[in-house]
Amino acid sequence: MPHTLFDKIWDAHVVRAVAGGLSVLYIDKHLIHEVTSPQAFDELTARGLTLRRPGQMLATADHNVPTRHQDQPIQDPLSRSQVEKLTENCARHGVELYGLGHPYQGIVHVIGPELGVTQPGLTIVCGDSHTSTHGAFGAIAFGIGTSQVAQVMASQCLLLDKPKRMRITVDGELLPGVSAKDVILHVIAQLGTGGATGYFVEYAGSAIRSLSMEGRMTVCNMSIEMGARGGLIAPDATTFEYLHGRPFAPQGEAWDRAVAYWQTLFSDEAAQFDAEHRFEASAIRPMITFGTNPGMGMPLAAHIPAPAAAAEAPSFEKSLRYMGFAAGESLLGKEISHVFIGSCTNSRIEDLRTVAAYVRGKRKAPHVEAIIVPGSKQVEQQAIAEGLDQVLAAAGFELREPGCSACLAMNEDKIPAGAYCVSTSNRNFEGRQGPGARTLLASPLVAAITAVEGRLVDVAEYVLEYANQD
Amino acid sequence: MEKFATLRSGVVPLPIENVDTDQIIPARFLKATTREGFGRNLFADWRYAADGQPKPDFVMNDARYQGHQILLAGQNFGCGSSREHAAWALYDAGFRVVISSYFADIFRGNALNTGLLPLQVTPAELQELFALVAQDAQAELTVDLPSQTLQVPGRPEPMHFELDAYKKECLINGYDDIDFLLSQESAITTFEQQRTWIF
Ligand code: SF4
Repeated sequence: MPHTLFDKIWDAHVVRAVAGGLSVLYIDKHLIHEVTSPQAFDELTARGLTLRRPGQMLATADHNVPTRHQDQPIQDPLSRSQVEKLTENCARHGVELYGLGHPYQGIVHVIGPELGVTQPGLTIVCGDSHTSTHGAFGAIAFGIGTSQVAQVMASQCLLLDKPKRMRITVDGELLPGVSAKDVILHVIAQLGTGGATGYFVEYAGSAIRSLSMEGRMTVCNMSIEMGARGGLIAPDATTFEYLHGRPFAPQGEAWDRAVAYWQTLFSDEAAQFDAEHRFEASAIRPMITFGTNPGMGMPLAAHIPAPAAAAEAPSFEKSLRYMGFAAGESLLGKEISHVFIGSCTNSRIEDLRTVAAYVRGKRKAPHVEAIIVPGSKQVEQQAIAEGLDQVLAAAGFELREPGCSACLAMNEDKIPAGAYCVSTSNRNFEGRQGPGARTLLASPLVAAITAVEGRLVDVAEYVLEYANQD
Repeated sequence: MEKFATLRSGVVPLPIENVDTDQIIPARFLKATTREGFGRNLFADWRYAADGQPKPDFVMNDARYQGHQILLAGQNFGCGSSREHAAWALYDAGFRVVISSYFADIFRGNALNTGLLPLQVTPAELQELFALVAQDAQAELTVDLPSQTLQVPGRPEPMHFELDAYKKECLINGYDDIDFLLSQESAITTFEQQRTWIF
């Protein structure tokens, strides 16, 4: 019987089917961070339980860390105590921790892949909804709540309903200047924030295949923004090439066996999906969001639409009021005061290269505050090795130290109330980047152009110039 | 986890769609390392002005709805971040049931693991409930988990809701998944010895 990629991996991980359609699903890798793990460790301790497989866990400090002076003690007492708690818990329970100062520290969804921990065919969970990022390698990866973090710690398993399967196919060639971020913002704008609730999405088609691993991670990362449990892409030569030689990737003869297995991970030709959507790559334009959920996006040069249905009108209007926009309005020319380049969506080396390539020899607009927060220590070191730090500094961008930063504004990196921020992150919810902050989600290239111009522009002509540089 | 079987209570109406967990509990309040105390910051940015004063136009600050334990919310409630703190904050603020026509997956799971019932009705029923509360702020609903019904004043037939049989048992008995998963020990150990995809 033909199977989807999702079914192949899921079915292989079912320890036991339980009455009522639930399955005990085995988890190969469990990633943790400082914000959603302390209560889980406490729960285990309170019940007198221990971690079943601490060797299958990996911890980092990312959500709540400062992005300046990471070599010094954390100033904010609550943040400090949360990070210390993680350090204590990991030491006590034997969990490998890449904390502040460690050369592997970084955003949990950036370090898993770059260390080669994330591999095809695995089940991976983390107490964070963007765990879907790891699906780019052909893994089943999804976010869980803290009670489930405790369950995985105790049993290495979860009790779950099997999600339905959706396939999103993007065929054709992307126009110059259109990136993976634009692809996923386009898809979410079409399907809506709840459009994939209850599904696990496989991304397929020639446009998806042509993406680098970084681009594929950007696409899978935002699966949750349309409600999907996760997203995945069948592994191929691009995947294997990326993984080869990474610290935790299989080596030598084990590598050959791994690749032989990974090559079996694809959806069979006749496999059935519960839902299918198709998109044409050439129809996708550089995107921007205008509202307070990631589904409220449009081509940058378009006009803000009216709500799709009357029932949605009150929430839609509330959202536009918060943003200070009106239906029918164009955003071109809108002054922007903040640009944030970072987050698990777009903070990898390829993203930094894109920004540096555009701003080389240019200067940000004087009124713009532009910060770049690399996804990991390794990304930061690579950027320095390539001299990108110099290019960015010369353009007036501030290169910070790794963490989640203004993606969720738990640390001091906040966008002021009322200010507009073009951000490469994944959520434009009210207050996400600080109370009252107004977020417009976009690609790294759009963010770089906006920082230089100080306002939103139709990027088409700028893109030509960028393309001609290569 | 506390047991939950039945509840008769007034309602707090929040007719907004796509309420994300960043609204339910903003990230800057997630620095605590225990589960308690999140209730005071529930919906913080909608509930309090920048100076900390309650905003009079937010429903939780409306005297008519004080003490009500059922939240009635627009569709796709709980989307966004996986933070279980959202469910803890609702619970800590006194809510025991959230009614919506649609819940985001992770939130639904987190609520059930917290002892908070995510009660899903149809979009038409949701409109009916909003209309009822708009008319009578003190209208009391009766949630009966064993029979999976919601009794609504003035409505001859109760509304029916679905819930996974296992999850229902857990909620009624105050069990959570850890106990069940630990009971699978031998099956898990056997499974671990047979994994062929670790290289
Ligand atoms: S960068 Fe943002 S979205 Fe990604 S893990 Fe951190 S807080 Fe979550």
